Amino acid sequence: MQQQSSKHIGKRSNEPFWWALFGAGGMIAALCIPVLLFMTGLAIPLGWIDAPRYESMFTLLNNPLSRLAILAIVSLSAFHWAHRFRFTLYDGLHLKHLNAPVAFFCYGCAILFSAYAAFSLYSF
Amino acid sequence: MEQREMSYGRYQKNRPMLYHTRYPILWWVKKWAYVRFILRELTSVAVAFYVVVLLFYVNSVSQGPDSFAAFNEWLRSPLSVGLHGIAIVAVLYHSITWFNLAPKALVIRVGKKSIPGRVILITHYAMWAIVSTGLYWLITTT
Repeated sequence: MQQQSSKHIGKRSNEPFWWALFGAGGMIAALCIPVLLFMTGLAIPLGWIDAPRYESMFTLLNNPLSRLAILAIVSLSAFHWAHRFRFTLYDGLHLKHLNAPVAFFCYGCAILFSAYAAFSLYSF
Repeated sequence: MEQREMSYGRYQKNRPMLYHTRYPILWWVKKWAYVRFILRELTSVAVAFYVVVLLFYVNSVSQGPDSFAAFNEWLRSPLSVGLHGIAIVAVLYHSITWFNLAPKALVIRVGKKSIPGRVILITHYAMWAIVSTGLYWLITTT
């Protein structure tokens, strides 16, 4: 343990940065995802509420503010997943020796997904 | 019982021996609190699943009426409804556990007093209700 901690002296940790993204994503996901998932995934497909027409959906999403909100939801939620999934593997499976590759994989997926989301929402 | 073993094999002179504690992979199934912890962490998988679906949904709108109709067709498939059925339970569990932790995570001070946890909790649930109603209204009225 001593060896491990001395290695980090003088090196600023980037954990608070990932934790801030995790927190922001957890909050936006907790607020927005249940109702969106219920509507687009269950209520509309099962006919509990009327399906929105294509034209009205296009008008709603053509508004840059809508797409900016969606980018915030999908991107921050992806970083929320990355952080939680990383520590699920770390604590749940005790993959301590794979800390670096696991972190690289999880945050890497979130970064690539966010870049793809930003690109596709920008070029709507 | 935890299995502990000393790593004699790697002992080198003038270096402390590492003291390994080995756990079985399913260490968390023994206690309900640990199972709840792992389940709470795994709700993030449902969150990730849904944001991917949401992005594809938006992309299908941008690609035109035919892709939108095709995506809606997929959303009506038993596979999609089943996955969303599991995911709704998970994301509700995420929201509830997230808001219930907020009073512990957020300590807001006003002058010398800190805002009581109950107020922070109620504020979060109120925000959840407002955001949900707003999004419901936005989608049903378009």
